[in-house]
Amino acid sequence: MFIIFLLIGISVTVASGFLLAFLWAVKSGQYEDDYTPAVRMLFENEATSGNSKDSSRK
Amino acid sequence: MDTALQTNIQTCYHCGDSCVEELIVAHEKAFCCAGCKNVYELLEENNLCTYYSFEQSPGTTAKRAAALSRFAYLDDAGVEAQLINFKNDTICKLTFYIPQMHCSSCIWLLENLFKLNAGVSESTVNFLRKEVSITYFHQKTTLREVVQLLAQIGYEPAITLADTDGKKEKKKSNSLIFKLGVAGFCFGNVMLLAFPDYLALGEEVQRDYGKFFGYLSLLLSLPVFFYSAQGFFVSAIQGIRQRMVNIDLPIATGLLALFCVSVYQIVTGTGPGYLDSFTGLVFFMLIGKYFQQKSYDTLSFDRDYTSYFPVSVTVLKENGEEESVAVRNLKVGNRIRIRNQELIPADAILLRGSAMIDYSFVSGESEPVEKVVGEVIYAGGRQVGESVELEVVKEVSQGYLTQLWNDTVFSKNEEQTMETYANVAGKWFIIVTLIVAAGALAYWVPRDISMAMKAFTSVLIIACPCALSLSTPFVHGNTLRIFGKNKFYLKNTAVVETLAKIDTVVFDKTGTLTEPSAAELTYSGKALTREQERLIRSVLQHSTHPLSQRIFQHLKGETLEVQDFKEVAGKGISGEVEGVLVRLGSASYIGVNTDKVKDTLKTTVYVSLNGKVLGYYTFFNVYREGLKEVLQQLKGSKIAVLSGDNDHEEARLRELLGKEAELNFNQSPVQKLEYIQHLKKQHRHVLMVGDGLNDAGALKQSDAGVALTNSITNFSPSCDAILDATAFDKLSKFLGFSKKTMNIILASFAVSLLYNVVGLTLAVQGLFTPIISAVLMPISSISVILFATLSVRFAAKKAGL
Repeated sequence: MFIIFLLIGISVTVASGFLLAFLWAVKSGQYEDDYTPAVRMLFENEATSGNSKDSSRK
Repeated sequence: MDTALQTNIQTCYHCGDSCVEELIVAHEKAFCCAGCKNVYELLEENNLCTYYSFEQSPGTTAKRAAALSRFAYLDDAGVEAQLINFKNDTICKLTFYIPQMHCSSCIWLLENLFKLNAGVSESTVNFLRKEVSITYFHQKTTLREVVQLLAQIGYEPAITLADTDGKKEKKKSNSLIFKLGVAGFCFGNVMLLAFPDYLALGEEVQRDYGKFFGYLSLLLSLPVFFYSAQGFFVSAIQGIRQRMVNIDLPIATGLLALFCVSVYQIVTGTGPGYLDSFTGLVFFMLIGKYFQQKSYDTLSFDRDYTSYFPVSVTVLKENGEEESVAVRNLKVGNRIRIRNQELIPADAILLRGSAMIDYSFVSGESEPVEKVVGEVIYAGGRQVGESVELEVVKEVSQGYLTQLWNDTVFSKNEEQTMETYANVAGKWFIIVTLIVAAGALAYWVPRDISMAMKAFTSVLIIACPCALSLSTPFVHGNTLRIFGKNKFYLKNTAVVETLAKIDTVVFDKTGTLTEPSAAELTYSGKALTREQERLIRSVLQHSTHPLSQRIFQHLKGETLEVQDFKEVAGKGISGEVEGVLVRLGSASYIGVNTDKVKDTLKTTVYVSLNGKVLGYYTFFNVYREGLKEVLQQLKGSKIAVLSGDNDHEEARLRELLGKEAELNFNQSPVQKLEYIQHLKKQHRHVLMVGDGLNDAGALKQSDAGVALTNSITNFSPSCDAILDATAFDKLSKFLGFSKKTMNIILASFAVSLLYNVVGLTLAVQGLFTPIISAVLMPISSISVILFATLSVRFAAKKAGL
C-alpha cells in the first residue's frame, strides 16, 4: 500500500520539475522570438576570423 | 566577366536593383551606384562576403545615403542616456529598430557586427520584430560609431523622437502564461487523482486512499484558486463595484460554489468533490483568455507624431557652421537646414532656397506645395529637391501638427466596452441561474433539507457559463488569425465585434482611395510628334520637380543636349534643344488664359514650342484596384469621403461612390476629427480608413480606425487595425465576415446552453454527481472550442478568405 503513496509523491515531484522548467523557459524569454534562432543555427562558424566569438553567448 | 555579355540592363550585385541610371563594374560585379559598391568593398575587406551567399542580392540600395555627420547628435550624453537600456563600467546595451531587415542575410550580417567594429561585443537579431540588440564596450567605441556603421552597411536604425522621449517600452506581461502553466499542471494531476472515481473502483479504494487523494487534490487546487483563477474574481468584483454585470460574475459564482462544495465534501469526508472539474474549467478558460489576448505585437498600433519626427536636425550656427542638434532642444529663432527628403520638425519660416513641401503625410494633398522665401512652413512636411534654410518660429511641442494631439480624444484612455455580446449574455445568464437555483431550493426545502442544499449548489456549479465565455474568445481569436493571413491585422479581438456593428464607412482620399505612388496623365491639345516628345523630354530631364519627373517617365526617346536651361520656381522650365525653344509650366507661365475655374483646380502642365502653345498634360489620381467592387459591396452602409485635397476629382468620385455618398474636400485634420464626432452623435458606428498623420485624429475618434499602408512595417498612425494595401479589395469581405462571426458566436452560445439545460435538469433533481460533472464539463468546453474553431474556418473558406 505504501508504494502508492510513494509513487504518487514521485510523480507529483517530477511533474513539478517540469512545471518549474516551463516557468523558467517563459521567464528567460525563450518564447519571445521563434524565428531567428531557427535561421541562426544554419550559419556556419568560419574558422578564418581570428578572434573567437565566445563572448557572444548570453 | 559574364555580366558584361548580358543584354544592356544588369542588376546590382548588392541590392538587386536594375542599373538603369548608372552602372559601375568593379571586382567583376555590377553595382547600381557608388553606395552599393562601397558597402560591398567594406564587407569584402572584412571577409564578410558570406552575406551574399544566403540570398541573391540581399542589400538595400545605398543611393540615398546621406552624410554621416547627421548622427552627431548621438554624441550628446542626454540622447545617449535615453536610447541605452543598460550601462555599466564596461558595456552598454541597447536595441534598435531596423526597418530594412528583410532576409536571412540581414540576420547574418547584423549578428557579425563585431567583425566590422571591434568595440561591439555582441549583436542579437529578433527578426520578427526587426530589432537588433547590441552590446558594445563604450571605451572602445561610441554609440555614434555603432549607428554610423549600421547606416554604412545599409541598415540605418530608425531612431525617432518617441525613442528619446524616455517612454521605455512596457514589458510584455507573461503572467497569463504563468497562470496557464500552473493551472494545466494542477488540472492534470488532480484529474489523475480523480481517476478512481471515474472508473467507479468502489468502496475499497475510496476507503483506503480517499482521504489522501482528496487532500492532495485540495492542495493542488489551492494555487489554481488563489493564483490562476484570480483574474475572474477580480473582474467580477470590479463589475459589481461599477454596478455592471459582466460575464465574469456568473463564472466567479460558479467557480466559488464548485470550490467551496468540494472543500466541504473533502473535509467532512462526504464525497470526493469536484476539484478536477474546477481546475479543468479554469485551465480551459485561461486558454480562451490567452487566445483573446493574442495580437500582433510585432506591429505597432499606438504611434503618435513623435514616432514620425526625426531626433536631430542640422542647425546653422552664426558663423555658418553646421551642427546636429536634438529636435527637442530646438529653440525659436534657430536656423535649420533641411535637405532633400527630410522632415521639417517645427513650424518655420523659409529663409533661403526653393522649397517644395510634400504635405501628403499631414494634410493629404497629393502634390508637393511650392513655398517661397518668407512663407511659414508647418511641421510635418517633407522637403523635395534642394536643401533649404529655415528659421524656427515655434518649438516642436507648440507646432500646428502637434496641436492635434492636444485634442481630448488622444488624452482619454480607451474605456472598456461593456456592452459586448458575452457580457449581455452573462447578465441574463445569472438572472436565470438565480431563479432556477431559488426554485430548486423552494422545491426541496419542505421535502429534504440536505437534498435542497445539494440541488442549490449543483445548479450554481453546473450553470457556470464557462463554455459560454469560451465561445467568444475562440471565434474572435480565429477570426483575427484568418484576417491576419489575408494581411488585415487587428489590434485585438474586440475589434472584430466593433467591425461587425459598422454601418458607416468613411474614407480618406489621397493615399487611401488613390494609389499614392502613381498618377495618370493625359495629354490634350495638338498631337505631339515623336521628335517633339524627344525635345520635351530632353528639357524635363534637368528638372527635379515631381511633375516634370512624371512626364519624363511617361515620354519615350533619347534625350538631347539642352542649352540655356532655366527653371522658375513654382512656374515652369524652359530650354533650347536643337534650336527649338521648349517651355513647360503653369498656364500663367506659358501665357494661356484659363477662364474656367474648374481647370485651375486640376493639376496641369502646359507645353509650348517656339512660343506656340501646343497643349497641356493633366494629372489624374489613380484609384486603387478593386475599389469599385469594394464600394459596390458596401452599398448597405453609408459611405463618405474626407479629403484634404481640392475638389477637382469630385465628378469621378461621385461616379464611383454613388449619389448618397457624402464628399468633403479641403478638410483639415481637425475637421476630419469633428466630422467623425458628428457622425457618432447620430449614433452611427463609424469605420474610418485612412493612411496618414492627417487622419490620425479621425482614426482615433472613429469606432474602428483602419490604417492603410503599403508596407506593414512602415509607420502608420495610431489605429485599431492595419490593412496592407494589397488586400484593400477585400475590405468589404472583411466587414461581411465579421458580421458572420457574430452569428457563429450566437450558435456556439446555443450549443453551450444546450449543455446547461441538460446539466440543470439533472441538478434540480439532485442527480448531479462528480462523475457526471467530470464528463459533462470537459465535453462541453471542448465541444464549444471545436465548434467555434471549425465553424469560423468553414465560414472563412466559404467567404473566400
